[in-house]
Amino acid sequence: MASFVKFTINGKTCLAEEGAQLVEAAKENGIYIPTLCNYPGIPPKGSCRICTVLVNGIGQTACTTKVVEGMTVQTSTPELEEFRKSVIEILFAEGNHLCPSCEKSGSCELQALAYRYRVTVPHFPYLFPKRDVEAWHPKLVKDHNRCIQCKRCIRGIRNGKGQALFAFGKRGDKVVINIDPETSRDISDALAQEAMDMCPVGAILRKEKGFDVPIGKRKFDRQPIGSDIQA
Amino acid sequence: MDKIVTAVIKKYGGDETRLMDILIDIQDELGCLSHETTAHIAKALGIPQVDVEQTISFYHFFAREPRGKFTVYLNDSVVAEFCGRAAVQAAFEAAAGCQFGAVSRDGVIGLFHTACIGMSDQEPAALINGQVFTKLTPARAQELVAGMRAGQTLEELKGKKYGDGENANPRVRALVENHIRRRGVMVFDAYQPGAALRKVVTMSSGEIIAMVKAASVRGRGGAGFPTGMKWEFARKAPGDVKYIFCNADEGEPGTFKDRVILTEHPQLVFEGMAIAGYAVGARHGILYVRNEYRYLRAYLEHVLAEMREKTLLGAIIAGKAGFHFDIKLQFGAGAYVCGEESALIESAEGKRGEPRDRPPFPVEKGYLQKPTVVNNVETLCSVVKVLLHGAEWYNRLGTEESKGTKVLSVSGDCERPGIYEVAWGFSVNDILKMAGAHATQAVQVGGPSGSCIGPAEFGRVLAYEDLATGGSLIIIGQQRDLLKDVVLNFTKFFRDESCGSCVPCRALTGMAQIVVERIIAGHGSAQDVANLQAWAAIRKRNRCGLGQTALNPIVTTIRNFRPLYDARLYKGDERFEPGFDLAAAVKDYEAAVASA
Amino acid sequence: MAKKIIATTSLAGCFGCHMSILDIDERILDLIELVEFNKSPIDDIKTFTKECDIGIIEGGCCNDENVHTLLEFRKHCKTLVVIGECAMMGGLPSMRNTIPLKECLDEAYLNGPTVADCNPQKIIPNDPDIPKILNRVYPCHEIVKIDVFLPGCPPRADLIWDALVALVTGAELKLPYTTFKFD
Repeated sequence: MASFVKFTINGKTCLAEEGAQLVEAAKENGIYIPTLCNYPGIPPKGSCRICTVLVNGIGQTACTTKVVEGMTVQTSTPELEEFRKSVIEILFAEGNHLCPSCEKSGSCELQALAYRYRVTVPHFPYLFPKRDVEAWHPKLVKDHNRCIQCKRCIRGIRNGKGQALFAFGKRGDKVVINIDPETSRDISDALAQEAMDMCPVGAILRKEKGFDVPIGKRKFDRQPIGSDIQA
Repeated sequence: MDKIVTAVIKKYGGDETRLMDILIDIQDELGCLSHETTAHIAKALGIPQVDVEQTISFYHFFAREPRGKFTVYLNDSVVAEFCGRAAVQAAFEAAAGCQFGAVSRDGVIGLFHTACIGMSDQEPAALINGQVFTKLTPARAQELVAGMRAGQTLEELKGKKYGDGENANPRVRALVENHIRRRGVMVFDAYQPGAALRKVVTMSSGEIIAMVKAASVRGRGGAGFPTGMKWEFARKAPGDVKYIFCNADEGEPGTFKDRVILTEHPQLVFEGMAIAGYAVGARHGILYVRNEYRYLRAYLEHVLAEMREKTLLGAIIAGKAGFHFDIKLQFGAGAYVCGEESALIESAEGKRGEPRDRPPFPVEKGYLQKPTVVNNVETLCSVVKVLLHGAEWYNRLGTEESKGTKVLSVSGDCERPGIYEVAWGFSVNDILKMAGAHATQAVQVGGPSGSCIGPAEFGRVLAYEDLATGGSLIIIGQQRDLLKDVVLNFTKFFRDESCGSCVPCRALTGMAQIVVERIIAGHGSAQDVANLQAWAAIRKRNRCGLGQTALNPIVTTIRNFRPLYDARLYKGDERFEPGFDLAAAVKDYEAAVASA
Repeated sequence: MAKKIIATTSLAGCFGCHMSILDIDERILDLIELVEFNKSPIDDIKTFTKECDIGIIEGGCCNDENVHTLLEFRKHCKTLVVIGECAMMGGLPSMRNTIPLKECLDEAYLNGPTVADCNPQKIIPNDPDIPKILNRVYPCHEIVKIDVFLPGCPPRADLIWDALVALVTGAELKLPYTTFKFD
């Protein structure tokens, strides 16, 4: 039987299963910790850093932290909030994020976080990198302009044989996510859709899909991201 | 191709965690890892091809296309630039008939840049097909290219004037010099291999750890974590299989001490690993060596074989029943971040060198998820001496919080660059005097990830409680443009060497580079300087040391050399952004119109 | 209270943001009570005749004329407001930013499939009277200091209205979630 532990988030006493992921544990206790590279059910990576919280006073990514008895967590300090906003701005300046022409606009988690934090223009120089749009795959489009290298697709998408479809290439500011032509050869429409849905931005698209929800009814049109967890 | 790939993979038992070894061996045979080769490797290992490619493309010594019969990797570090690298590059390009980043038309010569290769005391230096060529001049570059075209062998190109000490060993035959300027008792004094091990086997593992703790040995990689404590964690960690890693991936520009230690006293390092193995209860040791030092491979393998013969490694070491420990070499393939212990472990598992999140720490779940100790080369040397001479002896050296000695790599604008082993507690001024430095503008302490200090701080002492350092001191003379020659070079280095995982590390370094370039060009504003300082706080939230310190060259020079920045700032109307330069922005258009 | 004076312009934009200003519908009558327009396509005043309180910019800068106009706005307006994605990050015109200008010009005037026969002299337009094209499209804040940013493609009329009221009356500028959008 699972054992429960007691800990506090922002001074509020919380209960969760021992060893649960802090992001999930907070959610169960009605507290939203902003995330981006994290995705429920796949191994956490801690790469976007947005979910950084203070655990016993020390900065740690909540997606890679497991709850233990008596831990003290602070999810929101002015410095943490400023940091999160900076990361969002950096991502907007790093890639080519043309929201008006993006299929994912309105349901994009990066955009939603920017709305939540009222990001207008980044305080960082736009890089306007030259990146490709790959459309060779029969079912998928990979628009590298929008990719934020969160690795959700690498960690979460597997074919029928359990093999990865996506992998990182290169390093540093040149990293890119590649599709394996072999392991992705015969993927189903459902898996293509799953890849598109798992992508927080519009970097992975299922062909012939997009713009199918009218403006005003998309995921984040009315309510900020996280509103379902914490009002 | 098929046969070679199959044979190499068979040699490593088809084990995908040996991918680094597999790739290195196959590239040795085929010259590069082409798309076809990669596909074959993936098939033989039964993993997706993109997975093989993600490892290959992480390391810059892995080539996807042929890089020439002779591949020249010319170091582009700060110190190399000080020593005239630009003229050497120009001479290589003129003689070879191709630019850097390309292969000559006849396919004989490939010219490529590389980050610091650990030869800062004998720059400009290059790796050519794995062999080191030091103190290059334009004339020597011409001569080398002519020799390559004339069909000379690598040995003929090197000539016979080998370096001092073991560099002249028939298994090394390197042109490299040791430049040991000052010998200390911990690493560079006379030493009888095996004496410590024979003593160790009379003690219990608990007694050894207690002794290392009593001596308060701290990690020499820079962070200074107590070694005894690390060993104890690993010993107590559950599991039968444990590993001892020695980190010889010194990639911090300006650092070369491990190269000299591994050249002169590899036995000392291996003995230290065996002692760690005994204390922790590990049977397997892995020496992770940066690819730049592969010229030492045959020699190190021979030393290991000799030690096995003398039962200082292998089974029943020093006659002690049940004490089994052996060491294998693991080479990297060109990635600075692999010097971070968890990235090093990932790399040794055949993956991209991306640092892991902690917890769990390597002492709990490290190599292949087993408890793993990662120690610096110098740390392991110190441990051997502690075991030989006792904790009290060790504690007599150094300062209150920093016991023992430190091996320093000194380079840059001075008369006597090289290796200095000193007790902790020497001041920067002491070192400058020993090295023969005059008119010093600044000293980069601890490499680019450390700090750049000015004369006002030269009285500070090297110790964990004052100026902590992994051991590199780059001396920067007054003739240097600190922003352009040093800060910009280091910032580019960090940009190239980021693993690309954490957002603030991957993207922010390049953005900071843009701002520094703008300031150097006279288009920076006071706001730009304030932003650079503020960005340092964002950096602190990266996962690993590289990410956290990548802006240190900028931040520490703003702190210590602010007037150099202020003098270059634009001081016009604040309503306008000085970063925008209309004349420059229309140049492309004017050129296009003129050429149409 | 003296009427606030407003100027507006569209740089490298599509005039959609100006359309959105007009989308405030009948509230434009209230606006006229509060403000006076100076340089603006709305009243067709071509050059500044007065110092203005508020300058509203649509579009980023893709040529030197855009830059000069923007500098004029900065000189003559106390508060500079940029509206829309193009002004804030270059917008769709900035899709060319990842391609060298020469390639763009060659495609547009020399080698593109639709121009092959109609430009036999292979001229890239370069009359002194036409603006020079910049190496890339610049968001406005990279050229001058901007005081207020209103996102959207175009910004929602309600957002523009709320912002104008706040600026004219000196009230706090709120950016309500439902009108704060990038598309």
